[in-house]
Amino acid sequence: MIRAPAIHLRGTHSIDGQRLFGPVDVVLPAQQWTCVLGRSGVGKSTLLRLIAGLPCAGTFTGQINASDGIDIAGRISVMAQSDLLLPWLSVLENTVLGARLRGEDPDLHKAENLLERVGLLHEKHKKPSALSGGMRQRTALARTLMEDRCIALLDEPFSALDASTRADMQELAAEVLADKTVLLVTHDPAEAVRLGHQIVVLTPEAALPWPTPQDAPIRDQYAPETVACQADLLTHLRRAP
Amino acid sequence: MMRLRYALGATVFALLLWQGIVWITAVPPFILPSPLRVAEAAFANRVLIAENALVTATEVVLGLMIGTVLGAVTAIQLASSARMHRLIMPLLIFTQAVPVFALAPILTLWFGYGIASKVVMAVLIIYFPVTSAFYDGLTRVPEDILDMAKTMGGTKRQIMRHIKIPHALPSLGTGLKLAAVYAPIGAVIGEWVGASKGLGYLMLLANGRAKTDLMFASLFTLAIMTLLLHFAVSKASSRLRQR
Repeated sequence: MIRAPAIHLRGTHSIDGQRLFGPVDVVLPAQQWTCVLGRSGVGKSTLLRLIAGLPCAGTFTGQINASDGIDIAGRISVMAQSDLLLPWLSVLENTVLGARLRGEDPDLHKAENLLERVGLLHEKHKKPSALSGGMRQRTALARTLMEDRCIALLDEPFSALDASTRADMQELAAEVLADKTVLLVTHDPAEAVRLGHQIVVLTPEAALPWPTPQDAPIRDQYAPETVACQADLLTHLRRAP
Repeated sequence: MMRLRYALGATVFALLLWQGIVWITAVPPFILPSPLRVAEAAFANRVLIAENALVTATEVVLGLMIGTVLGAVTAIQLASSARMHRLIMPLLIFTQAVPVFALAPILTLWFGYGIASKVVMAVLIIYFPVTSAFYDGLTRVPEDILDMAKTMGGTKRQIMRHIKIPHALPSLGTGLKLAAVYAPIGAVIGEWVGASKGLGYLMLLANGRAKTDLMFASLFTLAIMTLLLHFAVSKASSRLRQR
């Protein structure tokens, strides 16, 4: 697989002539996690969809490039808040969905290895309805990994999980997506501080970098530096327009 | 089980009421035969009724199968291409504005007095509900899932095959349940206009000869046949829902 590139997004997004955000200048460093926070409706998910090349309401004026100069399309996998598992397929079939959709023969051996990595090998024949919320998100993570794309865009993928499952999923995602360029859209300052090499606070005017603790992610959530950073970030978000 | 008990209770009540009305009013049997008389006529003419029921059942099942295939293929075409949708949909709605019953004589003229005209009639009657229900399911796949499929590089054809069609199968089941009730109506109307076999033909024949008990026996056979078909299709469609 090609080494994951950095992503550079510059521009303004407007809906019906009204500016949603921008001009912003955001760099997602190569093989690192960038966490984007901001108030609801500020355009965090729009930012993610723009990078993913998905249709968005409104018009974007600007540029989105990869540092290696190769087109971003086809090198992205997306994980959403909802697990988006197809209820009529088993865990294994959901994991290999991408290959089926491209008309390719799925690599079942690789899928089983990935399911083992996320701790779901014994559940591979179960339907999503028989799984817990955490297991469903782990299946979605296995499906994301199966695509073997170098850029992962995560749109609040852990927000619907209970606190302990969310912490487990954060650790698992940090481990398995370590070599990828990751954009995580989140509402949770604790999650951003725990996982982000870089934190960006999106406002209608700009995308502001937020200082992160010195140590590398995934961070100890009880460390004084982490707790202080979370508190500062939360205070800032509450004051932000 | 509870539902079956209620249905049986309601049937027994209706039969008793019917029998009571016949006793109290002493209405002549050629106007309204008693349920007992209808049962006797059904038993006495069981072979005749069975032969004609088989013809109607064949027409209905063939109509249902052909109508389902045509309706499903049309729905997939409509959901695959916006141009096709713009082209075919107005035409489809226009065909619904034409009363299908009024077409029965012309269908008999075109396809003859045999089974073909009745099958076509059944197909015409179920085509729209099947197409409409399946199309509805095909176009209601959540956008998030389609976005995910796009980022995975899914082709239109494979997205249709692996996502849209399985997602729409329960909707197709709903259309089929309606079709199971409509198809016998189409076949019987076809038989009324011109036929020499079938329950519709037998009902007309019995009515013309004042054999009202045989007419009722044929009518109930048709109703039971429709119920059985509806039950079978309901079972099949709930399997689709549970997938």
